Amino acid sequence: MNNATLKLNKNKFLILVILLPLWFLLYLNLEKLANLIVDSLLKLPQDNHLTSAISFFIFETPKVLLLLILIVFIVGVVRTYFSPERTRKILGGKKLFAGNVSASLLGIVTPFCSCSAIPLFLGFIESGVPLGVTFSFLISAPMINEVALVLLFGLFGWKTALMYVSTGLIIAMFSGFVIGRLRLEKYVEDWVYKTKVEHLEIEAAKISFSQRITSGIDAVKEIVGKVWIYVVIGIAVGAGIHGYVPENFMASLMGKSVWWSVPVAVVIGIPMYSNAAGIIPIVQALLEKGASLGTVLAFMMSVIGLSLPETIILKKVLKIQLIVVFVSIVAAGIIIVGYLFNLIY
Amino acid sequence: MTVKILGTGCKKCQNLEAKVREVVQQNNINAEVEKVTDLTAIMSYGIMMTPGLVIDEKVKSYGTIPKDDQILSWLRGE
Repeated sequence: MNNATLKLNKNKFLILVILLPLWFLLYLNLEKLANLIVDSLLKLPQDNHLTSAISFFIFETPKVLLLLILIVFIVGVVRTYFSPERTRKILGGKKLFAGNVSASLLGIVTPFCSCSAIPLFLGFIESGVPLGVTFSFLISAPMINEVALVLLFGLFGWKTALMYVSTGLIIAMFSGFVIGRLRLEKYVEDWVYKTKVEHLEIEAAKISFSQRITSGIDAVKEIVGKVWIYVVIGIAVGAGIHGYVPENFMASLMGKSVWWSVPVAVVIGIPMYSNAAGIIPIVQALLEKGASLGTVLAFMMSVIGLSLPETIILKKVLKIQLIVVFVSIVAAGIIIVGYLFNLIY
Repeated sequence: MTVKILGTGCKKCQNLEAKVREVVQQNNINAEVEKVTDLTAIMSYGIMMTPGLVIDEKVKSYGTIPKDDQILSWLRGE
């Protein structure tokens, strides 16, 4: 390693050492800061709709953005330890159930983008990963997503965030297991099992720790750079609802006592393309106005986990019957979870 | 030299193609840049994440968009 790169690495560690405490300082004092701006700087009158909306926005936006930067960075670093190749290797020898459990868990940490769903599917299937196990992975990877996690944690608290992860995992395991049990291999397009995939042993280059940090920073640039605008818009709409929509307005529509609210929420959610970043703040505001948690959770999972574009992409490798089964099983899983939460809370 | 960009047409794949073409042109490298969108062809390189960058039939990167200077050094055969 030459001097220049050594210096660069030092700088990266310096960034971490300085930025991390700064982050905590800012995050922990955000409420005071927001109050200061609202009360002293803007001199807004207390107890009116506009003030309520504005202070909500001024506090929530930087909070969520700060959380987003930190978590996306951490996830970006963690993902350098995983690759689809490694995941495939781990899953290759696994039987049903144990395989479904590991696939769902690995879905969280393996780098994934929905545009790679097909190569990934083919790569898994052809190296002998069972169909049901592959599905567990394909369900969990998009459904448990770091942006959604951050927003849930920031706006609802850690309990809801944890619930989201665990229910996501359960749905992925359960759906994959059922698909595996149903023996649906015949509904995979015929050419899939015929194609021989070259097993290139692409040499896993040794990655230094500073390269992992760089990956984390790149992830922040890419993901936060893409979603921040939706977060801001979502929180702005949420702030409007927070300030102006009357209490209990949603109770009759998305409340507990409305038995059809869960399935309707799921059906509406399917064609909506996952923009967790924009939807969650709105949903949080709705919750405050009387919507029930199970309904809201079901809606979110359906938006994030079952997206129409991804389903259309899968059409290249799956016959329509299997797609229908896949969507119905996942939707059923989400509906059950929705009812369950409405029952518990 | 032949350079192939493997990708079914997602945003990242388009970005990588544009970037590679730019690097090739700016540095006067004698290379033929080709976009491969056929799934079976993509799979034959054994990658599971797109976009993939293949130079003279060797997979150089996949799933990411490499930095400009990294692409250039690959193109120069370093």
